[in-house]
Amino acid sequence: MKVDLTIKIGGAAGQGLDTIGSVLSSTLMKCGFFVFTTQFYLSRIRGGHNTFQIRISDEAIKAMDEKVDILIALDRASIENHLDEMSDGVVIVDRDTVKLDDDFDSLFHVPLLKIAKDTGGNKLYANSVAVGAAMGLLCLDFDVLSNVLSSIFERKGQEIIDNNIKAAKAGYDYARDNYPQGCKFDIQQPEKHSNKMLIAGNESVGLGALAAGLHFLSAYPMTPSTGVMNYIAGKAGKFDLVVEQAEDEIAALNMAIGASFTGARSMVTTSGGGFCLMVEALGLAGITETPVVIFQAQRPGPATGLPTMTEQGDLLFAIHAAQGEFPRCVFAPGTPEDCFYMTANAFNIAEKYQIPVIVMSDQYLADSMFTCERFDASKVSVERHLLSDEEIKDMQEEYARYRFTSSGISPRALPGQAGVLVGADSDEHDEFGHIDETQENRIKMVHKRMNKLELLRNEMPAPETYGSDDAELTLIGWGSTYGPLVEAVDILREEGHSANLVHFTHIHPLPAEKIKEMLGKPGMKVCVENNRTGQFARLLMVETGIEMVDNVLRYDGLPFTPQFIVDSIKQKEVL
Amino acid sequence: MVSVEDYGNFDTAWCPGCGDFGILKALKRALADMDKSPDEMLLVSGIGQSGKLPHYLKCNFFNGLHGRTLPPATAAKISNHELTVMAVAGDGDCYGEGGNHLIHAIRRNPDITVLVHDNQIYGLTKGQASPTTQPGMKTKINKEGVFNRQLNPLALAISQDCSFVARSFAGDIEHLSEMIKKAVEHRGLSLLDILQPCVTFNHLNTFKWYSERVYKLDENEYPLNDRVKAFEKSLEWGERIPIGVFYVNDRPVFEESLDVLSSGPLIRNKVKTDSVNELIDGFM
Repeated sequence: MKVDLTIKIGGAAGQGLDTIGSVLSSTLMKCGFFVFTTQFYLSRIRGGHNTFQIRISDEAIKAMDEKVDILIALDRASIENHLDEMSDGVVIVDRDTVKLDDDFDSLFHVPLLKIAKDTGGNKLYANSVAVGAAMGLLCLDFDVLSNVLSSIFERKGQEIIDNNIKAAKAGYDYARDNYPQGCKFDIQQPEKHSNKMLIAGNESVGLGALAAGLHFLSAYPMTPSTGVMNYIAGKAGKFDLVVEQAEDEIAALNMAIGASFTGARSMVTTSGGGFCLMVEALGLAGITETPVVIFQAQRPGPATGLPTMTEQGDLLFAIHAAQGEFPRCVFAPGTPEDCFYMTANAFNIAEKYQIPVIVMSDQYLADSMFTCERFDASKVSVERHLLSDEEIKDMQEEYARYRFTSSGISPRALPGQAGVLVGADSDEHDEFGHIDETQENRIKMVHKRMNKLELLRNEMPAPETYGSDDAELTLIGWGSTYGPLVEAVDILREEGHSANLVHFTHIHPLPAEKIKEMLGKPGMKVCVENNRTGQFARLLMVETGIEMVDNVLRYDGLPFTPQFIVDSIKQKEVL
Repeated sequence: MVSVEDYGNFDTAWCPGCGDFGILKALKRALADMDKSPDEMLLVSGIGQSGKLPHYLKCNFFNGLHGRTLPPATAAKISNHELTVMAVAGDGDCYGEGGNHLIHAIRRNPDITVLVHDNQIYGLTKGQASPTTQPGMKTKINKEGVFNRQLNPLALAISQDCSFVARSFAGDIEHLSEMIKKAVEHRGLSLLDILQPCVTFNHLNTFKWYSERVYKLDENEYPLNDRVKAFEKSLEWGERIPIGVFYVNDRPVFEESLDVLSSGPLIRNKVKTDSVNELIDGFM
């Protein structure tokens, strides 16, 4: 990598971190860089100390690192909290508004407020001045920023666009004219890339659901899942779908099940606490064999926990939630591409097997923005697995919703189709959906439902491997930790160690035989998870008998960085 | 023409003499009178003796969870508004466990009919107090008699401007089937509270007790869209208990607020791949 820089914006909630962060990331992406962003925010509407961090490179990057090159400090806390993260970098700060007792070599005073008022006549333009100043320090092409501002403020009219551009240009010029060495980061602007997009995990999940032909979404807002609900709600009119804000999560999943029973492709979005309330209805989907997709963005628990931070603490809960036994499927996408294609596929799996499918993300994946290959909606197939009116006309016998079949999958008709009556029941039931409490029926129905789980298990792919198959150390991870793990493997290999990664996105049911083949070989295995108890390592042990030599666990609410993983492995002396 | 026989005859798990039989009979009669065929009907129920009703009727049904009758019924109606959707619940189901859903269903106002089998007691769990149990009634749990105030479902619904509010009595099949018809034909959420004696566990509110008290509201007595008068009427309970339609309004129906349904049921809408690709381009 010729370029590897990190820009951090720090300030209180309500100061416009989001605006600065997204304008800057978009601009840097359009300059041709690979961009990766993360957000750290507190559970409050105003105040507190939040950050928006952007890492850029001329090569693909998959995670955040720990050093900071440019710090845009909108408040004093940004300097107090993050000065020690600075390498040989620059702190952009408006000393007129941020009062500082000390002076540091790295401080670069930019009168954001004054420039904003002088150029646009309004302090609101200070954010654009800050973006301009960062671009100036990097000595990148100002026109790219100007175009981004034009498109972002398109709806607000030409005057607002012009004022923002003027303010940004003034910030840009101020940095170039006043920074002692001129261009501080004199970096080569890379070739513009053609097929890349900059997108967050939540938006990718939303797009995946739209590509799958979502008809109905019901949800109760809960951080960090709300982004998906918001994204889809914003597109509801264009995509002919209904988004309903339910009175609670109990209603949300019961609604989605009711809509699905009558034929809608249905989804709910939630986080762990909301999922707790949905558990009763999860079982209802299980026994009524009603397809539904549950998007669950994890955050640290239990109860309210750390509402705006990240963790992978709900895995075993998701797999076991609800009383009794029934088949379900659990996906854990690792990248935005996974979020898009796996969410879309979740609808197909749900409908094929007539089961609930849980897509597990977390705050880190939900809110981070990644540079990735353009998604292709035409690669998404929509497989409904429904009986057509013609098939119903040709039926020889009376329709039974829960017909016993060798696969356990009963042909699915919808209420309202002529010639069939469709009955579904939360009680144990016969083939027609009527209550049947006999032992003989119970056993047959349990077999019918659980058979589907074994069929699904055969369909679940083996995990993805990164690095050579015969490495001495295998890192194992699942879901959102994919990026930091890939970079950790790169670091270890650059240091001369023999390491690879086996990464799981298809979590339940686990294809145990395929996994045993891959991981049954000798070699040290370390599972890396964002939780306290090593949930995935335990699951692997139970399902496959494969043991770890150790685990790397993080549960302070923060995501893994590659360096954190590498340092932890070294501390454990497994190398 | 649809006849009562089209809705089938089933053995039931109800106690002999249960008020539920009257409800089933009145429902079949109402559906036949309205010429509703079984395949255009969807009955959604919860849990309790009331929840079993759809099993004793040939039609599409979704027998879900205790207290959760209204969310799936509402969404089923959104998903395919060509279906006639009825929700069947008990007093514990709809006013206890599902009380929150009732309040919000009233706010949403989907075009569904809610039949509440209100026997003022928990039957299936064998005799505990329900939200509509009269204070003072002794149960296995309330040894000194129920302390909690009796919920007044009609007053609650009228106070929230529910679109259609009525009460009937399982001992008067003709009145009940008329009320069901009116409730189904009304556009918007229709709440029909049905006084339904529990012959096994409620020895206070018996057929005789109700029969001596119920009287039919005179439809000319007050305009049906007068919320204040309706509210006043809904407070009448004791020696005399009014049955009939209490309140009607023509608030906009939830499904009508969804433009997407104007071209047909939601479930027939197809994926717009080109539009998804356009959105994706916006991230480039």
